[in-house]
Formats: sequence, structure tokens, C-alpha cells
Amino acid sequence: MTALEISELAVRFATEDGDVLAVKDVSLSVRPGEILALCGESGCGKSVTAMAVSRLLPPNARISGSVRLDGRELTGLSERELRQVRGKDVSMVFQEPMTSLNPSFTVGFQIDDVLRQHEKLSRRAARVRTVELLELVGIADPARRCREYPHQLSGGMRQRVMIAMAVACSPRVLIADEPTTALDVTIQAGVLDIFRDLADRLGTAIVLITHDLGVVAAVADQVAIMYAGRLVERAGVTELFAAPRHPYTVGLLGALPAAVSRISDGTRGRLVEIPGMLPDPPRRDGDDCAFAPRCRRAEPDCAAARPALAGTGRSTVDKYSHQLACFHPEAVR
Amino acid sequence: MTGQVLEVRDLVKHYRVGGGRSVRAVDGISFDIAPGEVLGLVGESGSGKSTVGRCLVRLIDPTAGTISLNGRDITHLSRRQLRPVRRDIHIVFQDPFSSLNPRFTVGQIVAEPLRRHRLAAGAQLASKVTRMLDRVGLPATTAHRYPHELSGGQRQRVGLARALVLEPALVVADEPVSALDVSVRAAVLNLITDLQAEMGFSCLFITHDLSVVEFLADRIAVMYVGQIVEHGPREQIFGQPQHPYTQALLSAAPVPDPVRQRQRRRVVLGSDVPSPVAPPPGLPIPHPLPGRGGSLSGGRTKTGGRSYERAVGRLPPGDRDERARCPLTPAIQRRTLSISNV
Repeated sequence: MTALEISELAVRFATEDGDVLAVKDVSLSVRPGEILALCGESGCGKSVTAMAVSRLLPPNARISGSVRLDGRELTGLSERELRQVRGKDVSMVFQEPMTSLNPSFTVGFQIDDVLRQHEKLSRRAARVRTVELLELVGIADPARRCREYPHQLSGGMRQRVMIAMAVACSPRVLIADEPTTALDVTIQAGVLDIFRDLADRLGTAIVLITHDLGVVAAVADQVAIMYAGRLVERAGVTELFAAPRHPYTVGLLGALPAAVSRISDGTRGRLVEIPGMLPDPPRRDGDDCAFAPRCRRAEPDCAAARPALAGTGRSTVDKYSHQLACFHPEAVR
Repeated sequence: MTGQVLEVRDLVKHYRVGGGRSVRAVDGISFDIAPGEVLGLVGESGSGKSTVGRCLVRLIDPTAGTISLNGRDITHLSRRQLRPVRRDIHIVFQDPFSSLNPRFTVGQIVAEPLRRHRLAAGAQLASKVTRMLDRVGLPATTAHRYPHELSGGQRQRVGLARALVLEPALVVADEPVSALDVSVRAAVLNLITDLQAEMGFSCLFITHDLSVVEFLADRIAVMYVGQIVEHGPREQIFGQPQHPYTQALLSAAPVPDPVRQRQRRRVVLGSDVPSPVAPPPGLPIPHPLPGRGGSLSGGRTKTGGRSYERAVGRLPPGDRDERARCPLTPAIQRRTLSISNV
């Protein structure tokens, strides 16, 4: 059983210069209680994928493919029907908590509002639940904090308020877009614990969008790596870090200072550099592998055709199948 | 001590806020940087690390303390007196967008320090600029382009070229790679490593990212609410952190290895970071408390067969001043032992 099933998702933006492809051929599934990390560098399409699920994209976006929530197709829903889904069945947490909270209302009021809209709770019952929620996310003295405005809270507390709001209606799916990027590491660790606990205890399916592979290693169950709008590798977290196959994934992992410091021991090692830059969006529609120009394993056939994401068989270390879009992957170690 | 490129003694920077109170951004810190040494200054937001960097290059004036560059006290020099000193100390900023003049070409930006100090002109100036651009990995044609035409990584290379073109004795790098993507960051870090080995400048590398200082720094100073709470060689800070805050910081930073990461124990500090607005005397460090830190289930989280466990030590009450100022008091050592034995 899957909580969220995305298949063949494609997003294009209509612009003056014609359609620009942002995301294509993205298929993902997340089961209840599972955390899927969607990972990649700026501009790879990870946020667009997430926004497409709850259809929060600007009007010039054209979405195709299917997004199913507990088997229910979301792509054909009207704006009005979607509003019933957002915040109730699918909720989101964004990177910057200050711009996601309304500065002129108390945080308690903003959480109450979600509960009154979706759960039809009375003012009083909503407030009781709000206090419980703030306690759930580890805010001390929640009854007092309810009466405060966003600017009176620290960054970590604001993000915890956002999470409390997102889980207020016990959503089936929580989409968190870089939820800890603006936070200090000590605060980040606490927020990640909350996500893990939500998945474990409430069975929430979580899509965690991040560029930080340390965060992925800390909480994810499965990982999907995106490059230039497409998935290039997908595997269980243990498998992906232990035996990455796509040259881009291998490059990303080698580019982390932590990977080098461990082996260098005293003398400074060298980090793996990925030469070149992300292709411009118009180039993404081509029939070649988008990563080939930057790839050290590229062969002539990489420019002639695009490798499709295909399974390499079930992993030996975890329950997820390892999928890969590459003609010349790194050998299995 | 002699022969240090930089000596900072009891540096203080307080900002006055309303009501006769002040923000103690930097509250009496001392450190040295030897020739060719990279000192990593780490801390979380609001710890005062950027204020230290800005005081060193005298972008802001310290409230008290002394800063000596190559043995000369530069704390109270006037702007005019500072001008020759600026040959020897440069800064690289985090944001590669706002730190380059959008109306200058890259060539003009890199030439500016040479022209200000009247070190080159004409053809010689142009060739020095080209050579510097080459050293930071930019083609000579970049000189004719404007900052907005460049990517973030290229812009940060321009920032480096501008800082290094005078071959300064000390470079203050304030989060120079924090705005960059992973693969670009790797290239810039490799570049800084190469240039540092080649040119031999000293560097104060300010960052919140522990993996970056572990990669780059020779010595590390950890800042917390305006103070340096621990200071030592890289291996010692990462191998045997003594101060509870350092331990908490290190244990909170995730390592990109799921197996190792999920076996790590976390040291959790009991309370939120105190406000630097007139903090209570002698108590900047929160008490480590068991089972706190935002978890729903307290000290232990079970996750489908794996578990993370958190080691939480307890400090004996009292000796607050020692705890705050000196990381090596017996109390702290006892506590460290109790953690490693959990």
C-alpha cells in the first residue's frame, strides 16, 4: 500500500520563449511511515516536483502524469476540491518559516485556523489541540507561546510551529521542502527527530526535499537523486550511500568535505569536483543524457540516447530496489 | 608571543540597544594565527563569529581589546593610517552577489586593490590581473565580463582573486562557500586549499559548517554567545572535544553515512541559546538535560529495527563560571568521561 504515488510526472512552464521543461518522467512512491528524500542541487527540479503534488505552481505551469493519494487521483481535482486536500491530507513545510507564517496573527491563531477549517472544531477545542500540537513538537510553555506572534519566536521555534501546523490534521503525506536549511545544526537535529517520530508513530508518509546528504543519511528510508529535472538514481538509504552507481551520485558524495577528511588523516585531501554546470532548461528536452557533458564516464552512446531509469535488482542491504538511469554506471563494489 | 601574523587579545564588541542595555556580540576573545595557518572559527548563528571577522578588518570598530597584525597594533589606527595596512589583510564575503560592484567588470574589480595601492599600472596591471584570474581558475576573457554574467561559483572565485591579488598576509574568509551548491563548493574548497599551499597566506575561516573546517582548518576555535568556548588543533577538537557545547555541536551535525550516523549518540543541551543581550553573568552554557531537544519520545527513538540513542551527560550544579570560561575544569572532564562510557 502506498500513501503517495507519483507516476510519469512532467511539469512545463509556458514562457515567452516557448515551453520550458522543468521536470520529466518522475515516478515515486512513498508508503505510510516512510521518509523519502528527494535530493539534488539547485535547479534540479526537486521543489517543482513537490509543488506539483499539491498543485501550488504558478498558473503558467502545465502538469501531466498522475499523482495519487491513497489511490485517489489528484491531478483532475478542481481548485475547490484541492483546498480540501491541502493542509488536511497533504501538508507542506517550507524552508523559510518567517515568510510562511502570517506576521500579524499569533501563532496559536494560525494553527487554530487550520483545525477550524478542516476539522470543524470549535474555537475552544481548536486551542486545546493547538497547545497539544506545540507540545508535540517540543515547544516549552506552549499555552504562552500560542499567544505570541511569529517575530517573538526564534527560527527553530518558528519552524516547529510550521511543523505543528502541517501535522495538525494528521496528514497522510507531509512534504517538507528544505525544512532545516535555514536552521543551526543543533536545532536541525531536533527538527529531524520530529520528522522521524511523525513517520514512526503517526505513520505519516514524508517527502523530504533537501540538498544536504547528511540530512538524508540521518532520517531517510529511501532516496531519489534528481538531475536536470529527471531522476537519475533511486535506492534505499543504506544501499545508496554504500554502493552509489550513477556517476552524478558518486560525484555528489565525493564532493562532501566529510568524505575526504575521514580518509585523509592529517594532510588535506582533494574533494571530487564535478566540472561544468547544470544544462539550461531548454537543453533538458534533448535525446541525450543530460549529465553526459559533465560525466567522466561518458561514452559516445551517452550523447546519442537517453538512459531510462531502470531497476538493477533488489538490494542486498535493504528492501528497496535500486534504480538507475545510466549506460555506464560505476561498478558494484 | 612573537612571530604571529595575527594576535587578538580580549576582543570585545558590544552594540548598544535601547534601555541602556547592550548586545554582547563578542565578549572578550583572544587567539593567534601563525604564518601559513588556517584557523577555523565555527559557531551557530548569533555566536558573534562574523563580528570577529569584521572587527579584524576594521569594518567595524571593536569596543575593547587589541588586534595586532604582524606585531603592529591596528586596533586604533585611523582610516588614513589603516590604508597601508590593508595591503596585508583582506576579506572574502559569503554572498557573491552583493560583494562585487555590479558596475565594474571583473577585470576592474580585481585591479582595484592594485590601483589603490599604486602597485601596478597599464600593461603590467592588466597582466597581473590576468595572472590572478588564471590562478583562481577563470579564463582571461572573464576580465571583460560583469558579475551578473557569472555563476555563483565563478563570482566567488572573483572575490578570492580580489582578496589575494595583493598577496596579503592574512585572509578573513566569512562563510565563503555557504551559498554554493555541493559540487561547486568542492571546487572552491579545493581552490582555497591549493592557493593557500601555493601563496602561504594565513587564514581565518569563519563558518557554521563543521565538515568544511574539518577539511580545511589546522586549528579550530568554537564560539558560543560571544565567547570562544574551546580552541585547539583540528584532530583534538574533532577527536576529543572537551566542552559540552562543542560536543553538542559535533554530535548534531549529521555525517553523510547512514550506518554511522544512526549509531551516533547525540549530546543535547538542555535549554535554548541565551540571548546575547546582557546575558546573565557567567552562564552562557545551557545545562545539558536528559531527554530534551525536540524529540517526541524523549531520550530514545526506536525506528523500525534501528535506534538512535542519545547520551546525555549531567553537569554537577555549581561552578558555573568555570564551566563557561574554561573547558578543562575537572567537572567537565568527569562529564566527558561519563559520556564516553554510556
